[in-house]
Amino acid sequence: MQRWTGPKLTYADVTPKAAWLGRRAFIAGAAALPLATRSAAAATLQGKTSKWSIDEAPTSKADITSYNNYYEFGFDKEDPERYAGKLTTKPWSVVIDGKVGRPGTYGVEDLAKPGALEERIYRLRCVEAWSMVIPWIGVPLADVIARAEPEPGAKYVAFETVYRPDEMPGQRSVFGGIDWPYVEGLRLDEAMHPLTILATGLYGEPLPNQNGAPIRLVVPWKYGFKSIKSIVRITLTEKQPPTTWNQLQPREYGFYANVNPNVSHPRWSQATERVIGAGVFAPRRDTELFNGYADAVAGLYSGMDLRKYY
Amino acid sequence: MIDRLNMALRRLPSWPLYILGAVPAIAWFRLALLNRLGADPVRALEHEYGLIALQLLIAALCITPLREIVGLNLLRFRRAIGQLAFVYALLHFIVWLWLDRQFDWPRIAEDLLKRPYIIVGFAALLLLLPLALTSTDSAIRRLGGARWRRLHRLAYPATLLAGLHFIWLVKAWPAEPLLYGAGIVLLLAWRAVRSRRKGARRAMPQKFRANEKKLS
Repeated sequence: MQRWTGPKLTYADVTPKAAWLGRRAFIAGAAALPLATRSAAAATLQGKTSKWSIDEAPTSKADITSYNNYYEFGFDKEDPERYAGKLTTKPWSVVIDGKVGRPGTYGVEDLAKPGALEERIYRLRCVEAWSMVIPWIGVPLADVIARAEPEPGAKYVAFETVYRPDEMPGQRSVFGGIDWPYVEGLRLDEAMHPLTILATGLYGEPLPNQNGAPIRLVVPWKYGFKSIKSIVRITLTEKQPPTTWNQLQPREYGFYANVNPNVSHPRWSQATERVIGAGVFAPRRDTELFNGYADAVAGLYSGMDLRKYY
Repeated sequence: MIDRLNMALRRLPSWPLYILGAVPAIAWFRLALLNRLGADPVRALEHEYGLIALQLLIAALCITPLREIVGLNLLRFRRAIGQLAFVYALLHFIVWLWLDRQFDWPRIAEDLLKRPYIIVGFAALLLLLPLALTSTDSAIRRLGGARWRRLHRLAYPATLLAGLHFIWLVKAWPAEPLLYGAGIVLLLAWRAVRSRRKGARRAMPQKFRANEKKLS
């Protein structure tokens, strides 16, 4: 494929925002006025281009924002879009603590400074064997961790999602069997890898709530459930931290959860994936080792038995 | 009131159920073709056909308790409900083979041999097959009422397996599949208790049975 070498194009060059806003307002009419005004009010987020972006067309914004696994808002894929509007994301603060020299509480814009934002077009592979391509806006997690000055004993990074049952119906449910809040973790070297980011936006705008607003993790070579949403705490630890899915079903979800077509989920194959937005008759895509990021990350796991550390 | 309802129902033919039953299958397939089933239309279509099959299987299991507990007689609609359940289960299977697995036979074989929830779903479909083939008046005559009834008790394990298939394929423990599962267990438990009672009554000597009638 020929690469575009001219001036940097944005989504606004494809469809100017004024045009789609106008179109939406025209179609929806007066009934949808609150929606139109909210979109118009959404600030745009500018991200510098990055060499880590892939050269594939992103999944449509409509699909990215309407097909989500965010069990705090319900089990159906449509539930997050339906119910996440209730979540208050302003003000928001993230505690960074544990084995760091400079623990503290930070605002979203302290962690992901507007001037440091990058656009990262990444593949996302869900453990349920479907995939998308998402144009994230965010900052390398490594920069955030470095500023907190990790101590020599720090070997892992633990993350925690907000616990707010009054705003998150899934956390009130007697079903599910999940021990809230949702927690995730990475090895420190995985967290420091340049591909790992904290995202605050997608498609050039702040993250919609259903996608993990206001700040979430994105680790593109791991199954989507590792990329924890709506983070309120980042803790550097000496020991491997507990992770939600691993606690719930340890045989099915490991700590590492690297995308790997050769290691099946006990209940289904991971060899291929359905491409979201490709239509009913689109062929399945062969899943790639480390979701196609093997060149960049395989070194992190050299000598490790990926069947044992799934 | 119930009697009058039963009288009215007796005048209704069952053939419109087949037409009514075909509507969702066609409507959902049309929406899938038009790409109007959201981000993952294959999953949506597959799930919907499977869910309708399960609901119809459960509906068929409700006919007898409705008659014995409430007195509502819907027996003459049960054949159509059962046949439609089989058709939806078959459509669910076809969508899986065609649109989901895309006739990738080695992987389909692997799924059918290795993935318990798929094995269980497929077993349910296989159990329904002889029932669909013998859902005719001539088959009842050929088999005789008693043998036919015994054969059609396969609907119980088939429905149980279909419910298990649903619970087994989801992540974590969401409410919906568990509630279907609970409903199926309840319907089958009611039958188990009832047949045990009947069996006990049959085993009782004649004079006690007469007493029992007086008491009740």
